[in-house]
Amino acid sequence: MSETIKKFMYLNRRAPYGTIYAWESLEVVLIGAAFDQDVSLAFIGDGVYQLLEGQDTSESGMKNFSTTYKALGDYDVTKLYVEKESLEERGLTLDDLMPLTWEDEDDDWAEKDSIRLVSRDELADVLDDQDIVYSF
Amino acid sequence: MAIEANGKVFETDEEGYLVTLADWEPVVAEEMAKEDDLELTDEHWDIINFLREYYEEYQIAPAVRVLTKAVGKKLGKEKGNSKYLYGLFPYGPGKQACRFAGLPKPTGCI
Repeated sequence: MSETIKKFMYLNRRAPYGTIYAWESLEVVLIGAAFDQDVSLAFIGDGVYQLLEGQDTSESGMKNFSTTYKALGDYDVTKLYVEKESLEERGLTLDDLMPLTWEDEDDDWAEKDSIRLVSRDELADVLDDQDIVYSF
Repeated sequence: MAIEANGKVFETDEEGYLVTLADWEPVVAEEMAKEDDLELTDEHWDIINFLREYYEEYQIAPAVRVLTKAVGKKLGKEKGNSKYLYGLFPYGPGKQACRFAGLPKPTGCI
């Protein structure tokens, strides 16, 4: 269908439930995944809270969509960059985040980690390498 | 719009999808199928139940490509292809089966 594959980056910068941005981003990612492009997500600033393990929205009346991130692997979205400094600034480590994996069809369905912990400098290089960056 | 069955009224949206997911009962799928001139078999129910479990786990209705792959993995390769799924759900396994299962229209359904 498409002749050239482009690199799409979805940059997630906000906490999950105060605004609609995180959910909107996730929906756009899932819809965009149908187009067979090279898709990455990055989580910086309060955006890292989107991946926090054990989210509970029952008091807020909002739908808890955190488990939807676990479906990203099914949609062949396998590159989730998390900025190390953003985690540290919030007193978080990788262990506070949901384990997110994808299954590699070409490697006997081996389960592989989707989350890639990167420094601010490394993420800058990743962003530099993209064709299109959507900021949410 | 609405579906009436078992003495209850199940509200649906303009595309025929159930408005309140929690209202769903098997009879909803049966009534919807009847309107589409389909009789539900065990093979249909395998897919409908699979979709409901998928939604329960991930909070989304899967795109048809994702559904196909996942069905193949769970129910066997001979079922994980669009020919089989379209055979069961001629209006599209994503849209029609999700509707029967009481789910919203699939995310990524274009």
